[in-house]
Amino acid sequence: MRPSDPVLMTRSESSPFSGRFPAGSLAFPHRDLLAIAQLERHEILYLLEEAEQWVELNRQSAKRSDALAGLTIINAFFENSTRTLLSFEIAGKRLGADVVNMHAAQSSVKKGETLIDTAITLNAMRADAIVIRHGSSGAVELIASKVDCPVLNAGDGSHEHPTQALLDALALRHALDSRGEGSEDFSGLTVTICGDIMHSRVARSNLLCLQAMGATVRLCAPPALMPAGIEAMGAEVFHDFEAALNGSDVVMMLRLQNERMSGQFVPSAAEYHYLYGLTKDRLERAAPGALVMHPGPMNRGVEIDSDVADLLDRSIITRQVEMGVAIRMACLDVLTRRRRGVEGWQDEPRGGGRGRWA
Amino acid sequence: MKQPRPLVITNGRLVLPTGVTDGGVRIVDGNIDAVGDVSAADGDEQVDAKGRLIAPGLVDLGVFAVDKPAFHFGGITRAALMPDQSPTLDLPARINFIAKSGKPDLWVHPLAAATRGLAGKELAEIALMREAGARGIATGRQWIADSGTMLRLLQYAAMLDLVVVTHAEDAALVGDAVATAGEMATRLGLPSAPAEAEALAVARDIALAEITGARVHFRQVTTAAALALVRAAKKRSVPVTAGVTPAHFMLSDLATGNFRSFAKLSPPLRSEADRHAVVEAIADSTIDVIASGHDPRGAEDKRLPFADAAPGMAGAESLLAMTLTLVRDGVIDMSRAFAMLAAKPAELLGVNAGSLEAGREADIALVDPEKPWIIKREAMAASASNTPFDGQPAQGRVTALYKGGVAVA
Repeated sequence: MRPSDPVLMTRSESSPFSGRFPAGSLAFPHRDLLAIAQLERHEILYLLEEAEQWVELNRQSAKRSDALAGLTIINAFFENSTRTLLSFEIAGKRLGADVVNMHAAQSSVKKGETLIDTAITLNAMRADAIVIRHGSSGAVELIASKVDCPVLNAGDGSHEHPTQALLDALALRHALDSRGEGSEDFSGLTVTICGDIMHSRVARSNLLCLQAMGATVRLCAPPALMPAGIEAMGAEVFHDFEAALNGSDVVMMLRLQNERMSGQFVPSAAEYHYLYGLTKDRLERAAPGALVMHPGPMNRGVEIDSDVADLLDRSIITRQVEMGVAIRMACLDVLTRRRRGVEGWQDEPRGGGRGRWA
Repeated sequence: MKQPRPLVITNGRLVLPTGVTDGGVRIVDGNIDAVGDVSAADGDEQVDAKGRLIAPGLVDLGVFAVDKPAFHFGGITRAALMPDQSPTLDLPARINFIAKSGKPDLWVHPLAAATRGLAGKELAEIALMREAGARGIATGRQWIADSGTMLRLLQYAAMLDLVVVTHAEDAALVGDAVATAGEMATRLGLPSAPAEAEALAVARDIALAEITGARVHFRQVTTAAALALVRAAKKRSVPVTAGVTPAHFMLSDLATGNFRSFAKLSPPLRSEADRHAVVEAIADSTIDVIASGHDPRGAEDKRLPFADAAPGMAGAESLLAMTLTLVRDGVIDMSRAFAMLAAKPAELLGVNAGSLEAGREADIALVDPEKPWIIKREAMAASASNTPFDGQPAQGRVTALYKGGVAVA
């Protein structure tokens, strides 16, 4: 269990929880954060634990640490984003880093060498961490293989969005905690993720993260939006939303990612709402007091009704946003420790550098 | 180059359609004069094969580039070139030019574009291209989606007695997919299409081949469902044949892990079950041809996010060694290996080569089938090194190659 007393936030390496995790850099032996799939359960728990101090800091009036003072963080977003970019920018600034945002038009990076060249350019500017979002699955790994500094994946195509899954886990843990149901992981919890699973990196990262923490994950979508073979990843697959909701402790709604669809997958928003919209009536089918989550942006009246999204005691959607900043602070802090020469973090990290395969 | 004087290769093991036997070949004026127990006449040039295999030079059906160093490394003496060139091989003059581009030590057999610009709409001037040297017709990297156009193409091809090399993937079902639907594509978050997209395309083209009597060659058949359709069609004596490249009998979609764009192929790599189905279809002769699909691609095409990278592999150098794994595994014997690599493609193209018989053109490879080597990107002869087999140990190398009786440097 987490201690309830406030924590000192300036020297993250002296975190009082560290005794529960491998010492020093062994607690997180990766150079980059590219995917939940590459993380062990204890590494996920470590990042969540590290985020707690930043949750505390963010709730104070003077939200400033100097942990990353002098470091340069580049947010390279090759795909439009408002909340994730803002969240990473605030996270970097609250840690005292110099944060630069690069908005690259999607059209210019689709052209051949440009992406690699961009990576080389960013590297030459000697950034201390690069946060990347890109529309193509695997693009962030490709860039990571070309740069010398830690790379954080802020979403690559339909592959992964690891910080979203981590912040969702943190928000969920806090919500359970405040109800007195908290425990370290989510063993025994049933989470239903409903929406455009096919095109969703949030769904993939959350599936892996929630399972690593012991939850049972149900995925629900119309057949055309359910990717083939996802059962092999351990999910229970549903096409009937009401059946999926039955007994769920948490309901996570995803929007339709029309921008990634080629062809028509759903006849209309109204029909989608009829089959898969989370209404107050439907929420009754879930376990009593079931929590409602949404990574945003929400399409009210399509996948989620306003009166559900705004349920004070049930919806933790705004808490998710709050936890986003803390999680990203934790990730930036942990990943830059080697660079900052933090004690116990001087070894060579795993991953990064030139991969064996092109 | 004309062969200056007769050549006799002795002390080898002949790879004949009936089996492997000790013996040699005598070559006169670029043609095979005698096979078996040959002896040198006065003035003959003599070569001691030192117990190596004496095999027909490979006939590679469906390559995307004329890449002579890679072909010669792989023992390939003839390559049927896909029309997907720049510019497209859809005019007689272009066919005429490219048909001569490899001579004297590599013969390029152009495949005429089925439709103008390979757009799948208007038929190209196929008869004139045949006159200019085209040895077959190909639909290119893609399927002809319009069934009416395909029907008329096959009727025309049947009349001209040219083989039609098709790409079997239902275009509408595939869309922008770059992987086969399944666990791997789902984990990687890649746009994917069901493997049945191939069976749909094969089913239609078999039906049209049956109507028209045209010879249809599916350049790559890679799924159990489509192979079952080909198997059944052959049983009904429909004139269809099937090919495959080593990637689809050596690898499954697991090779795309870590977004390895060198494993991005068209059609995409399939499930492990489909890979086994391909091996089985090679064993029972449902698959007739193994080809390299040689498509060298540089960094500008391959060092991209998986979905944006170009498909294809540089396969000419590893074609023989990968096929020999099937011989060592007991799937096929040596004779059938060379039937798939040389005799059958030569027959489909209608060229007088591909087997060791008197009267054939003397395209000969001396092969050490056990010679161990490692496929290394850095050491490749091809114009680009995009091989999914990088670092893989292999066995079997060509030690000498003769095109029309003349040693290839």
